Amino acid sequence: MTTQPQGPSQSEEKIGVYVCHCGSNIAGTVDVAEVREWAGQRLAGRGVTVARDYKFMCSSLGQELIEKDIKEQGLSRVVVAACSPHLHEGTFRTACGRAGLNPYLCELVSIREQVSWVHTDKHAATDKAKAVVSGGVERVRHHVPLVPLRVAIHPDTLVVGGGIAGIQAALELADAGKKVYLVERDPSIGGHMAQFDKTFPTLDCAACILTPRMVSAGNHPNITLLTWSEVTEVHGYVGNFTVKIRQRARHVKTELCTGCGICQEKCPKKVIDDVYEAGLGYRKAVYTPFPQAVPKYPVIDVENCTYFRKGTCRACEKLCPTGAIDFAQKDEVLTVQVGNIILATGYDLFDPQRVTQYGYGRLANVFTSLEFERLTNAAGPTNGAIVLRDGKTVPKSVGIIHCVGSRDRNFNNYCSAICCMQSLKFAHLVKERTGATVYNFYIDIRTTAKAYDEFYQRVLEEGTLFVRGRVAEVTDAARLPGEEGKLILQVEDTLAGKQRRIPVDKVVLSAGLQPRADAKATAQVFGLSCSADGWFIEKHPKLDPVATMTEGVFIAGCVSGPKDIPASVAQGSAAAARVLSTIDKGEITLEPVRASINATQCSGCRICNTLCPFGAISFLEADRVSEVNPALCQGCGTCVAACPAGAISGTGFSNDQVLSQIEGLLMLNVAYA
Amino acid sequence: MSVKGSKPKFAMYWASSCGGCEIAVLNTGLKILDVDAAFDVAFWPVAMDAKYKDVEALPDGAITLTLFNGGIRNDENAAMAKLLRRKSQILVAFGSCATEGCIPGLANLSPAREVFDTAYGTVTTENPKGVRPQPETRVPEGVLHIPVFSPTVRTLEQVVPVDYSMPGCPPESHQIAMVIDLVIQALQGKAQLPPKGATIGAGASTVCDECPRQRNVKKITKFVRIQELESVDPNLCLLEQGIPCNGPAIRNGCGALCPRAGAQCIGCYGPAEGVVDNGARLITAFASVVDSNDPVEIERILDGIPDPAGQFYRFNLAGSLLHASRAVR
Repeated sequence: MTTQPQGPSQSEEKIGVYVCHCGSNIAGTVDVAEVREWAGQRLAGRGVTVARDYKFMCSSLGQELIEKDIKEQGLSRVVVAACSPHLHEGTFRTACGRAGLNPYLCELVSIREQVSWVHTDKHAATDKAKAVVSGGVERVRHHVPLVPLRVAIHPDTLVVGGGIAGIQAALELADAGKKVYLVERDPSIGGHMAQFDKTFPTLDCAACILTPRMVSAGNHPNITLLTWSEVTEVHGYVGNFTVKIRQRARHVKTELCTGCGICQEKCPKKVIDDVYEAGLGYRKAVYTPFPQAVPKYPVIDVENCTYFRKGTCRACEKLCPTGAIDFAQKDEVLTVQVGNIILATGYDLFDPQRVTQYGYGRLANVFTSLEFERLTNAAGPTNGAIVLRDGKTVPKSVGIIHCVGSRDRNFNNYCSAICCMQSLKFAHLVKERTGATVYNFYIDIRTTAKAYDEFYQRVLEEGTLFVRGRVAEVTDAARLPGEEGKLILQVEDTLAGKQRRIPVDKVVLSAGLQPRADAKATAQVFGLSCSADGWFIEKHPKLDPVATMTEGVFIAGCVSGPKDIPASVAQGSAAAARVLSTIDKGEITLEPVRASINATQCSGCRICNTLCPFGAISFLEADRVSEVNPALCQGCGTCVAACPAGAISGTGFSNDQVLSQIEGLLMLNVAYA
Repeated sequence: MSVKGSKPKFAMYWASSCGGCEIAVLNTGLKILDVDAAFDVAFWPVAMDAKYKDVEALPDGAITLTLFNGGIRNDENAAMAKLLRRKSQILVAFGSCATEGCIPGLANLSPAREVFDTAYGTVTTENPKGVRPQPETRVPEGVLHIPVFSPTVRTLEQVVPVDYSMPGCPPESHQIAMVIDLVIQALQGKAQLPPKGATIGAGASTVCDECPRQRNVKKITKFVRIQELESVDPNLCLLEQGIPCNGPAIRNGCGALCPRAGAQCIGCYGPAEGVVDNGARLITAFASVVDSNDPVEIERILDGIPDPAGQFYRFNLAGSLLHASRAVR
């Protein structure tokens, strides 16, 4: 339907208003015909010369309506009242562009996310939709034609985090002939996956499938592997990032080291390995975290090395056949240029000690899932024997508690996604290797991915017992006969509808995943945002899960939330594909939304100088004014808001645009129309 | 337009104000003689006797230049604003009260009833019967009227269209002299008046531009009142010393008199060019340079500003986007 306003307009602009039904998404709650008619009549004095409503404005027919009006009626501005600009701003801008109107003279206002979806009262929602349209009309009058910025892309890529997601991303890019810097904080790449023995649901050996990838990454001519290293600073913007990487001193000359292992063998200092061995085993002060480590070069742990602590020993140095030990080595800072960044910094395991009623750290035979992984690992501290803390007793009964630290309002509300399958895998391994009675204590079983539920059926058939209920307590205080010397799990069996006390020899806590402890600091370095939980936020949770709101910075794997290995690998590849597409185009187009400083109004108070997250503001000492570098500016608006003199304005968000939109929303325009 | 042989007419009126603007005009010294030479004073209550009905009797547009100082506090102020608008070719909102409400505008934080309670009901007022002003009072001789108190203080521009705004509490005399000169020259065809709506008699940037103090990148770890400091660095930006100086957000034109003398700018020249709400500007600016990420520490630093309304909106409340507190509206 169309409303052609009558009477003269007081505006030199010709504005078209298009109200979308979005099927029943909008039309179910907003009377779109009424909004259309109202806009056509009441906003005629504000320049609206045509108002239409249509079932799906985003369809090609809907877009053609706009294009036709621009061509035939000479529209100079377009307002589309539909969904969030996140979704279809591009669609309608492009449609305007096709019809010869500068795309930035189109304003998309949301009457779906901000109106129909959040209201139930149709009358009130319709009124609000009118206000939103009115705001859009006022705003669009102040739009100016803009030209998108084009930025050249540096062909190299930085991948941060050498777990499976990061390795995958790096290999995809390197195989496509692009240079990659792969930065890993630990002495070796491999990440958490390198600590696992078996992977669910296929039970293939984690190392067997991971280490070939690690070796490929280590040997790849296009990959510069920087382990024992951390990114400290990122400057610049998509296409042209300057990254500072601190390479910690290994105290081993990699050009001489052959990886023979004599230093590790001869080092007299044993250190509890609470990273790779989860505290169950030892390593030396000079060490590679595990035999298949990539690179093969060890590092000296300065905090524990006898020489660094006391000034004597030097056993490794004396015995190294190639003279590769170098106590004088210093940390180095590398500066590299890259066009894109992929963050795959992974997760931390939830610390089960926080759930005090489960007794981890207090009751010897309560284990974390990672400890259990190490026990089952053939290369682990017990060579794969599932035993109690004493290192020899084989348990006759094992309790596995799901959702430790997950789905728990005391800790994390979210589901950690991997714990069900991990717990089922544990149950299977215990059964297979010890024949013990296994209880799994679960809230719900979530086995949704390919072949996962089949694995659950298999574990059920193997005779693992499932108790549906959250365990209240793990205790060693025996109350009933048969409980002496055991760990007793107190649980409400919600299917049987009664309290049970189940005595076992060993308890495994299937701990959830949580964001890295330093996730917020990392987010700050890379200019990203974290959710309330601390996971990095995707550009769009469904449609753009590996991009972020910061152009040129992508995320893969558990950094955005708990994921299993297949999902992490898929994201690694996806992020690489996104990066490759920008590299191959050679340049990308950026929104021309930029801040600029009016030098006449700037009095050089320097309040803005430290605020820019992209380092785009500099102070010109000679002129005593600050200046924004448009190539660095991302248009975030921080400085615009902070400038006390109002000397900084953001393209697309000028005072006129924002204030007039507010006037429109308050319907002040209708009063003076 | 002036009739041949007679001089153009000049008017100056005070609405809700203190009288400082008038003194600032007289403070231009000998320049006042130029006014007399160039204009016939049609209406200027502080300087000469005149009646409202004399103004009403003038033809519309008869007054060439009217300097209107004071905010709109009551219906008499509003009526005079409308009258002088009608009679004037050039209406200048003169001084902080007329342009942005100024100190009287802070009354917009309280409902009118509370303003009266404070004025007529606190210990400093001898008022045993609890009398409050009434618009109408019957006396044996008839009915007396006094102006009706408005719910809020409004700026001149919120009541009638104005041609120019001249900020300052009061405007600096040298700026007034310059404006008078400009108008006289324009009348003689020797100069052009700025476009309608412009701010005159002031600069286009901020007080910092005229402040000689050294400015660096700002990291504020505490706000202090100036009397709490043992000594103030005479050469360093006051804000960097933790003294909440409003200079960065305030229009220049005064010559940075206060910061030069070691006192913070309190904001009498009003918002910088293009800024509607300098209180909001100052709040975001100050918040931006608080050097901490710890919520408790940030709270402590901000507690160093005990009266945010007085600090940020001392002059601009009525003219700001806020205009008044919610309780008043």
